[in-house]
Amino acid sequence: MLVEQVFSCHKISEGKASGEVLFSTDDFCFYLVDPKTGIVIEKNHCLEGRSIAGKVLVFPNGKGSSVVQADGMYQLKMNGTEPKALIIKNPDTTLVASAIIMETPMVDRVEDSFYTAAQDGDYVEVDADKGTITVRKK
Amino acid sequence: MKLTKEEQAMLDGKYGPGTALAMKIQVAIGEAYNAEKMVAVSRTHVALSNQEADLWFVEKLVAGGAVCRVSPTVNPGFNLEYFQGITTIAPEDEAIIKRTREAYRKIGATLTYNCTPYLEKNVPRFGEITSYSESSATPFINSVYGARTNREAAQSALCAAVTGVAPLYGYLLDENRRGQILVEVEADIKNDFDYQLLGYVTPKKTGFKIPVFSGMPLNPKPEALMNLGAQLNTGGNVALYHIVGVTPEAKTLEDAFQGEKPAEMVTITNQDLKEMHEALTDKGGKIDFALFGCPHFTINQVATVAKLVEGKKLAVPLWIMTSSLTTELAKRMGYLDILRAAGGDLAQDTCMDQPCWHFLYGKKGVTDSPKCAYYTRRRDMSFVIRSLEESVEIALRGEC
Repeated sequence: MLVEQVFSCHKISEGKASGEVLFSTDDFCFYLVDPKTGIVIEKNHCLEGRSIAGKVLVFPNGKGSSVVQADGMYQLKMNGTEPKALIIKNPDTTLVASAIIMETPMVDRVEDSFYTAAQDGDYVEVDADKGTITVRKK
Repeated sequence: MKLTKEEQAMLDGKYGPGTALAMKIQVAIGEAYNAEKMVAVSRTHVALSNQEADLWFVEKLVAGGAVCRVSPTVNPGFNLEYFQGITTIAPEDEAIIKRTREAYRKIGATLTYNCTPYLEKNVPRFGEITSYSESSATPFINSVYGARTNREAAQSALCAAVTGVAPLYGYLLDENRRGQILVEVEADIKNDFDYQLLGYVTPKKTGFKIPVFSGMPLNPKPEALMNLGAQLNTGGNVALYHIVGVTPEAKTLEDAFQGEKPAEMVTITNQDLKEMHEALTDKGGKIDFALFGCPHFTINQVATVAKLVEGKKLAVPLWIMTSSLTTELAKRMGYLDILRAAGGDLAQDTCMDQPCWHFLYGKKGVTDSPKCAYYTRRRDMSFVIRSLEESVEIALRGEC
């Protein structure tokens, strides 16, 4: 049986996108991802060796200097290995600007229950404009 | 957001599509942060990166007729003419640096090609509202000068340069500059390298809160604070910190927390610095090169290296990345001759994260900067990280 749950969120970067959800407990730097494959190459990162391509990526914070988020996201986009949407807890200016410029949907202020309801591999739709995240369990 | 007539005119395309795009992006950022309005900026700095996204965006603005209202100083790409003299530059890398230079010239940037604008050419006064990108710059601007900037992306700072305004939110507002966590420094902070380690390890304990350091030396040199900020903003996203008795918004502990009691406290010990150092550095052994200047070295740091290598021969090539002004000073003061005689050199107007260093890929270097080691992972360079003095000794021996 398909279980569907809807959670509220706040728009940072406009748009609507969906894909399998992937949770990162570590902060995220898009530059330390191989643009050809979308695989995380950052040493000791919880997603090291895993691909973010086509995923809805959930992470606590962005990290990295003022150019690397945009440079990283742009290269992923050019290679078609970018995440479809971003769900973040604490948005920083660098990442916010990069997501807006790269036209990647991004939201924050997600209902707490989302973080217990959704798990890696669930199908998630992010509608930044409406301020909703829809989770469909596997 | 409430826009002035002039801001609305920019958004509506009166000044062309480039300016309109810059304003559109700033409005979107402002709305994401619930900013009520824009505020004029008096200085800007753009972290030019000479990478695809950087070039794509500045060329897009230029094609739309955008010209900066507040001319930004800019970060380095690489010094094409210098590197063509010592290695081969691929045609595509030559093309991109030429296009980057041209695009930033056309948009009206001040072509400093230097990542420490806060020490030369773009120094704000206390309280000034600015828009800086560059991870070593934003903490220095906010914390050391008490000027105000958010932690801008290169692109959002360029939008501010073009429009002359920035959305009013975040660190531009008094209440968001309050210290959030007390960092009791029990570790001995003896030299500039200790500031590197302290900067890198602090966010592991404080997350993204604004740290207030207590127990620190009371008259640090600019180089120490440059290191601290660069690593705080690499190990984490810390673009504002306070040091009790040192930085202008922290004359006292109470001042740093704007009259409130610190809600949280962490302690940093010698053991923390030691463990961080061990986690960051390569194990050692034979090394192939030495690379300094992330952020760009000051003339004092160049002098330190020159004095250590004077009359000696380096076992491996050594480069110091620095500004054109510092290069000129190093020439006048004889340091460049000393460095070259030892087998080292200055790489002016150049960043470590650039394709000009391709001949070092897959090799092991020594540096004093964790930031340098972090960002070169994409380029398959590994680094032994030591204090500047130890690094130079290692470069003289060729191993550690």
